[in-house]
Amino acid sequence: MARRQEAKGWVFVGPFLAVFALTFLAPIGYAVYLSLYRDQAFFGGTVFVGLDNYAEVLRDPKFWESAGRVLVFLVVQVPVMLILALLAALAIDSARLRGASFFRIVLFLPYAVPGVVAVLMWGFLYGDTFGLAADLNDLFGTTVVQPLSGTWMLPSIANIVTWEFVGYNMLIFYSALRTVPGELYEAAAIDGAGAIRTVRAIKLPALRGAIVIATIFSIIGSFQLFNEPNILRTLAPNVITTYYTPNMYAYNLSFAGQQFNYSATVAIVMGVLTAIIAYVVQLRGSREAL
Amino acid sequence: MTKSKPSRLLTGLMVLYLVYTLVPLVWLVISATKTQDDLLSTPGLWFGDSFALFSNIKETLTYNDGIFLRWLGNTLLYVVVGAGGATLLATAAGYGLAKYKFAGRRAVFAVLLGAIAIPGTALAVPTFLLFSKLGLTNTVWAIIIPSLISPFGLYLMWVYASEAIPFELLEAARIDGAGEVRIFTTVALRLLAPGVVTVLLFAVVATWNNYFLPLIMLSKPSLYPLTVGLTQWNSQATGVGANPIYNLVITGSLLTIVPLVVAFLLLQRFWQSGLSAGSVK
Repeated sequence: MARRQEAKGWVFVGPFLAVFALTFLAPIGYAVYLSLYRDQAFFGGTVFVGLDNYAEVLRDPKFWESAGRVLVFLVVQVPVMLILALLAALAIDSARLRGASFFRIVLFLPYAVPGVVAVLMWGFLYGDTFGLAADLNDLFGTTVVQPLSGTWMLPSIANIVTWEFVGYNMLIFYSALRTVPGELYEAAAIDGAGAIRTVRAIKLPALRGAIVIATIFSIIGSFQLFNEPNILRTLAPNVITTYYTPNMYAYNLSFAGQQFNYSATVAIVMGVLTAIIAYVVQLRGSREAL
Repeated sequence: MTKSKPSRLLTGLMVLYLVYTLVPLVWLVISATKTQDDLLSTPGLWFGDSFALFSNIKETLTYNDGIFLRWLGNTLLYVVVGAGGATLLATAAGYGLAKYKFAGRRAVFAVLLGAIAIPGTALAVPTFLLFSKLGLTNTVWAIIIPSLISPFGLYLMWVYASEAIPFELLEAARIDGAGEVRIFTTVALRLLAPGVVTVLLFAVVATWNNYFLPLIMLSKPSLYPLTVGLTQWNSQATGVGANPIYNLVITGSLLTIVPLVVAFLLLQRFWQSGLSAGSVK
């Protein structure tokens, strides 16, 4: 009887799993299948090529250039964003900030702005037709501020992503801080611990799980970088190539190049790389927690 | 807890960050009041010579036979069916995983955890290829079906259901002779409400903001959501036969933001409590 009752769980989980199979498992399977074949350029039809496509991706300088770019992006942007979010969460939680709840709401607002609109806004601000970059240059009589030029493009994109997601990460950290029992702070105060010590001894350990989760999500997000460069491409087609990020590469291979098999292979390689890095971060995060 | 004095330094630094957060939004609001000429000739962070907000809105809504309204309608359709369905599926599945110890439950966990590590956009191109084989591209289903799955929502509901619903309550309902589905709809759902609102809100944001998926799945402008439509207007400014409509892109962007911002402000209490429950783990 009890066993039959437990089996009823499938009634609730089943529908989710069915759609999940169609939107997650089937595409993965199909991508793996595609990645093992190649179009015959002159004879037509497709042939089984085993792992040749994978070997080609691993030798492809365009792929490595794009992967290297998101790696640089990740190593710089993710720490900056998460540290800003952490500082903001600690400040809002500290009881030493006037109007803390107002700050919390306003900082979170960019998350409600569609990524596309965020990029359009910043794109206009960066541009030299109108927007703030042009105003600044006018003001100082220079042409130094060129956010859309080659060297500055990646930092400009990093700025947009940071603007969009600091508030979201701040809220995750803040929620974790709220779960620290008040008695802990009282005990620390009785022991004469100052603000810095309280942060290091109580707050940061309480945040560890949230930090690991936020880091993993940010890494996945960086590897998927697409919207920002793809939309800015209209403004700076010479700076942003069709293989600026791995995702743009996969997209352009499919939609401009019709190279579906190769595109699927790029997507799989990137997915595997992301999963490995996310997994390593998770392992390191939980080992340090012990 | 001891009462601390507000710190000027801390407040000052936070105000600086606040300004950074608000500058683009203020710029957008101000720019939406300008005509195209003023946009090009007056400083970005102050009003122009004219106040054209209402004529801009009117022009945005009527440009190209009112295509903007069509995009708004499409977005609403994708949000209502996609995010609504995602919330329903995640809530039921989270509840099922939290409250039933059925055989195969561990396998379900393993598969789901593996799936969360796979970047969604890495899946987008294969999904497109599969859907085009199935003849689903360029239909509303190409957007709705993938929107129905929210691994994050499932995770949140699973944690939430584990804590919000006592097993004793379910047992009591069973003794009263209620069926499992009935218990879910009458007893459990009420207790899950704050979690459901949170998941719904985040699913709405995800669907409303969706850009990559519709960009690859749809080539008919009549099916576009707002995000893809706006970028199409934006790219009209460059390239062959350029016909810049900056004022419409800007006003359209503002109109796209407003509903979500309002929803977040109105539903604050729900999503904030729901999020903290999810982060306990």
